[in-house]
Amino acid sequence: MERELTDDLPVPHRKAVSAGLRAAWPICLGYFPIGLAFGVLAGKAGLTPWETGLMAILVFAGSAQFIAVAMLQAGVSVLPIVITTFMVNLRHLLMSSSLAVHLQGAGGRFLGMFAYGVTDESFAVNMARFRSGEWDRWRALVVNQAANFVWICCCVAGTYAGQFIPARAFGIDYALTAMFICLLVFQLHNRLYVIIALVAGAVSVLLYLALPGNIYVVGGAVTAATAGFALKRRYAGSGRKADDNS
Amino acid sequence: MTTADYLLLVIGMGLVTYLPRWLPLALLTRRQLPEWLVTWLEFVPAAILGALLAPALVATGEPRRLDLLRPELFAAMPTFIFAFKTRSFAGTVVVGMLAFWLIGLLV
Repeated sequence: MERELTDDLPVPHRKAVSAGLRAAWPICLGYFPIGLAFGVLAGKAGLTPWETGLMAILVFAGSAQFIAVAMLQAGVSVLPIVITTFMVNLRHLLMSSSLAVHLQGAGGRFLGMFAYGVTDESFAVNMARFRSGEWDRWRALVVNQAANFVWICCCVAGTYAGQFIPARAFGIDYALTAMFICLLVFQLHNRLYVIIALVAGAVSVLLYLALPGNIYVVGGAVTAATAGFALKRRYAGSGRKADDNS
Repeated sequence: MTTADYLLLVIGMGLVTYLPRWLPLALLTRRQLPEWLVTWLEFVPAAILGALLAPALVATGEPRRLDLLRPELFAAMPTFIFAFKTRSFAGTVVVGMLAFWLIGLLV
């Protein structure tokens, strides 16, 4: 199917599509069990496949969708659910800011389309590739949209067939975690980044245990990035480099 | 919930999800960013990945408790080593899934 879609495109675009799809497959694989599980839950909460699909299309954010369905089932009204969704998805502010460095000069329509597909997963994949220099914004857009497409299909499919899929088959539940581990390793350019990741992990676990919701992601990330920034300043100031490749 | 209410809900959810994704892109791609911000943002991916991963590996969901004996953490060790040695994206995902699956069979 992908082939037929790309046949009419000029060669650079076909390259972007195939490179994007090659980078996106672990995301798609990982979305498979989560999307199906979401579909099953949505069905149990009384949503029709059509309503489930609409939420996946309009919202496209895994954790927010799960929380929304749980709140719907508990009989919570519209406004509290929307506010909760907002809080849960605030971390995307941080991700889009970081992506903006690599999207300088892109047009408004491109950014409009790109923003739609910014998730934890596409962010991590695209940032690793941008940093290594083998990436451009069209490939990144393909990653976003491919992941998005698979997510919507899986959510809807889950409302029909999710309960027939065995849970935990072949470790598929671990696909996204393994992908994040690999992308984290790609981000560890030198000792400074290792320290940042460790600080982020420690702060985030503490916040995760102490506070409800998912403020732990933003809290851990902002603390660690700021700590890294301060460390870099300090060592640059005293003439030593904390971030040389030793 | 009526259909109209549901439509209102998903449109509202869509808006508050889309805006945080779009605003920084719209605001930050049109201007020269100050150097300190670029430096800080360069640390964000490692920080976010650390913050996302750590609780998933060492803590349980509802109720939230520290648990250092989770299959997720055991499977992370070979996955991490494999990623470090090979730097293979596809390979790491497969090794991670295999490790998690095998540990699940043993436990």
